[in-house]
Amino acid sequence: MSDIPAELKYIASHEWVRLEADGTVTVGVTDHAQDALGDVVYVELPEIDVVLSAGDEAGVVESVKAASDIYTPLSGTVIAVNSTLEDAPEQVNSDPYGDGWFFKLRLADAGELEELLDADAYAEVCDAEG
Amino acid sequence: MPFIPHTEHDTATMLEALGASSIDDLFDEIPERFRAAPLALPEGVSEMTMMMDFAARASRDDNVLCFAGAGAYDHHIPAAVWDLVSRGEFMTAYTPYQAEASQGTLQTIYEYQSMIAKLTGMEVANASVYDGGSGLAEAALMAVRASSRKQARTLLLAGGLNPRYRAACEAIVQHQGLTLRDLPLARDGTLSAEALRAALDDDCAALVLAQPNFFGALEAVHELTDVAQEAGLLVIAVVNPIALAVLTPPGEWGRAGADIVVGDGQPLGIPMASGGPYFGFLCARQKLVRQMPGRIVGRTLDADGKTGYALTLQAREQHIRRGKATSNICTNQGLLMTAGTIYMALLGPEGLRRVAGHCHGQLKALLAALTSLPGVMLTYPAAAHFHEAVVTLPVPAKAVVEALAAERILPGVALSDYAPERTHQLLVCATERRTDADIERFRAALARVLESLTAEVTP
Repeated sequence: MSDIPAELKYIASHEWVRLEADGTVTVGVTDHAQDALGDVVYVELPEIDVVLSAGDEAGVVESVKAASDIYTPLSGTVIAVNSTLEDAPEQVNSDPYGDGWFFKLRLADAGELEELLDADAYAEVCDAEG
Repeated sequence: MPFIPHTEHDTATMLEALGASSIDDLFDEIPERFRAAPLALPEGVSEMTMMMDFAARASRDDNVLCFAGAGAYDHHIPAAVWDLVSRGEFMTAYTPYQAEASQGTLQTIYEYQSMIAKLTGMEVANASVYDGGSGLAEAALMAVRASSRKQARTLLLAGGLNPRYRAACEAIVQHQGLTLRDLPLARDGTLSAEALRAALDDDCAALVLAQPNFFGALEAVHELTDVAQEAGLLVIAVVNPIALAVLTPPGEWGRAGADIVVGDGQPLGIPMASGGPYFGFLCARQKLVRQMPGRIVGRTLDADGKTGYALTLQAREQHIRRGKATSNICTNQGLLMTAGTIYMALLGPEGLRRVAGHCHGQLKALLAALTSLPGVMLTYPAAAHFHEAVVTLPVPAKAVVEALAAERILPGVALSDYAPERTHQLLVCATERRTDADIERFRAALARVLESLTAEVTP
């Protein structure tokens, strides 16, 4: 059973969202996603200041056996990216909810947070995938 | 018994599912003019009759004294090259998906990549592409993906690019929304920095620069590379691998070096063979490796700590990345690349330098002999050359090519085939295989032909 922290929000394509105290959000991929991908060898991140709409491609995560697009769960402006993944992409495997984060957004519409999945709903998505 | 296990019923079921009434419907997309006419094959003949017929056909291309280049070059090929390449282990090898069953093939590709990267002065090479022209198209697409200008869709082409490479590139990239913009040639047959500066704008992703160029002239690659890169463009170098033994490798052009290098590997041990098959090479900077098309082999350690080889960075490729792959081509030109690798290994850096030096020396001798004839001049006397150059004749070059065909001499390539206004221009080449006696035979024959052709036009 993969780790699905209760305090985070999710989308069905296996990205997680954490609402920070300053109103920005941090985005990464879930424990379930990193487990399915296998050893991550490369992460392509969005550029700072890029404006994204919910559902846009925001990067690529590449493992020894697959490459998957990363989608932004929410609309907003990219204000930070985790550049340590360039040299240490394995952090996505070892600490998907911590050092393995991908990027931070300044939200365009905080109301979109309501549309995300909570931990229970996301667990059902994972169960349905087997 | 047919080998394709589809019954008429199977075929009808599949056509129905597709909503097509016949198999020909599936090829509707292909314009009529590109469709092959049915092959008009004669009734079967005995092996002996067929061999005699084919030998007679092949002999039409044999025993011609060749001073033509323009992209394919008549170099000496050591006998060992094709003796080794013809071994079953090389001849029948298929693309090495299974590393555990393909170590020999994989190591050969790895050695090839290492050699060609060293020759071009670049950091990474792929396992080869079809030929120089398709390699240029792949490099163009790669440059647009890698450009820091996300919207840029224009490639600047130095005017000395081989027109056949340009045509191949355009055929592929025009449907991907890319624009090719041709830059003018200066009077010396090369690209000037002024002409490049004048063409720069925000839509330019890369400059394509051939060295030597199609007219045999050497470009000011250092200055042009710097001008292009300072303006935010990538530089795609198109090079002849033999020339690289004596010219500055693209990795060292200007202050930062070219970003992508392509070319045709034919000069490295591949027979001209009436136009192919050849192989193309494609090299790049390490930072661009994830935008590279094609197979790449890497060296690694197995579970026991022993050296092993495997296909690597495959997430770029079609079988994993599907529609977002870096190329629709997921293969390499394995056998010809193997020949190129054996050729490079046999000659070594010193051997390649001697071949290149010999070519250059014979071109100088050829140009001296040709320009000793009345009315024959160097078209670009101010340019430096490697083993090819353009001469202007006192009569149309096409007529000279036709007249010398009777003497089994191919004097060069009439440039009117590529540019109608270049009626009197002949692109000539000398490799290490053209002896002083060959050059004298050409000179004497050309003198006779010019005399008779000039007599015809001035009665």
